[in-house]
Amino acid sequence: MSMLDAPTGRRVAPGFGVLFKTELLLALRHRADIANPLLFFVTVLALLPLGVGPEPALLAKMASGMIWVMALLATLLSQESLFRGDFENGSLEQMALSPQPLYFAVLAKSMVHWMVTGLPLALLSPLLGLMLNLPAAGYLCLFFSLLLGSASLSLVGAVGAALTVALSRPGLLLALIVMPLYVPVLIFGTGAVQAAIDGYGYSAQLAVLAAYLAAAAALAPLAAAGAIRISTET
Amino acid sequence: MEVFLAWQWFHRLGSPRWFYQKTGAWLPWLALASAVLLATGAVWGLGFAPEDAKQGNSYRIIYIHVPAAFLALAGYYIMAVGGAIGLIWKMKLSFAVMRAAAPIGAVLTFIALFTGALWGKPTWGTYWVWDARITSMLILLFLYIGVIALGRAFAREQVADKACALLALVGTVNIPIIYKSVDWWFTLHQPATIRLTKASSIDPSMFYPLLTMIAGFYCFYAWTLIAHTRVLLLQREWRTQWVREALVEEK
Repeated sequence: MSMLDAPTGRRVAPGFGVLFKTELLLALRHRADIANPLLFFVTVLALLPLGVGPEPALLAKMASGMIWVMALLATLLSQESLFRGDFENGSLEQMALSPQPLYFAVLAKSMVHWMVTGLPLALLSPLLGLMLNLPAAGYLCLFFSLLLGSASLSLVGAVGAALTVALSRPGLLLALIVMPLYVPVLIFGTGAVQAAIDGYGYSAQLAVLAAYLAAAAALAPLAAAGAIRISTET
Repeated sequence: MEVFLAWQWFHRLGSPRWFYQKTGAWLPWLALASAVLLATGAVWGLGFAPEDAKQGNSYRIIYIHVPAAFLALAGYYIMAVGGAIGLIWKMKLSFAVMRAAAPIGAVLTFIALFTGALWGKPTWGTYWVWDARITSMLILLFLYIGVIALGRAFAREQVADKACALLALVGTVNIPIIYKSVDWWFTLHQPATIRLTKASSIDPSMFYPLLTMIAGFYCFYAWTLIAHTRVLLLQREWRTQWVREALVEEK
């Protein structure tokens, strides 16, 4: 295997580029799949004041946490379909068989997933902050923490999506296995926004989020690639 | 040849049949050891250890709470190591150990949470406080439940084993990160009472019964884990000759 792989092994970068472009094109052609998590995000957050009452002080206190929790749920909901299509039409098996490392295939898919969910969520967050009366000092930090944190969510979620792709209805199970792994991101994301609102520096929390992202980018695709190999055995 | 001999025990250990035959003899001894240790520790801790100056008698729940929490965490690592060995050496036995460890660990985590809540009522005046270690244990419970639920979702045991092993390993990488992040977020809790590096802040008269209980819990854990693994092995290997022979013998 190693002899045959040697020439193709050097072509990882173009292979990654092709897959990345294909994935991005596919994602952009399925506009509804991009819009649904965002609409979910906005709708649920609009329900929040109806549940807890419209009192501005109360909403201001809850805003950063609620926006983060909803971003987490929105990412999770979109995660289920990450490998689904490719699994059902057999491309996932082909990816696993191809000499291109599966690691980069997962990385490309996770990056595209982040670009169509995490990135728009972060861009949308100031609007929701406004609706929930988020204190002015928190906006910039909320944006950056969501930008960094949601990338980690996409990567870690890919492991769960790969583990459950062979199951017929993985929705709730996926949430069950991935949610506990999202805890550090949630804690440091909301921690950063809270620090910003209270007038403290928040670069330390953002640095931790970035460090988590670096670790997730290195390790999560590895685990997800292993999970894909397990799932495609069936 | 020497290398082969050195590894022979390892491969033999991987054989479900060998494991089943050997461990049958260990079970009564483990059961006896755990019964003696748990009874001694419980009587000593609940009846004879001195009363705490601040918390009165309510601190005595430590004799259940701490050993359960110890093993809940250790159990996750045992499960993950079992899964890793299974993935690397494709060993049927270690997958069975991993699958057996999951529900036991989940129950121990629940016991730790439950006793912690009971302890919290007289100490903090409330059953539930969102503090660092309680929250970490709750997340650990979710991690266990995730592994159990994932294992049940697959129709084929072999795929379920590998998927659970992978999830357990991912969880292992995340546990220290989760623990540290929850610790950072931490609000109120008494500092850890047993430290291995520094002098312990608990009096020896209270500490020795606690050690006895911890040893008892370890024996009890080994006993339940082996017993549960044996049942799983019988279920998985029921078509083989050795299972029939073993069952006939036991009749």
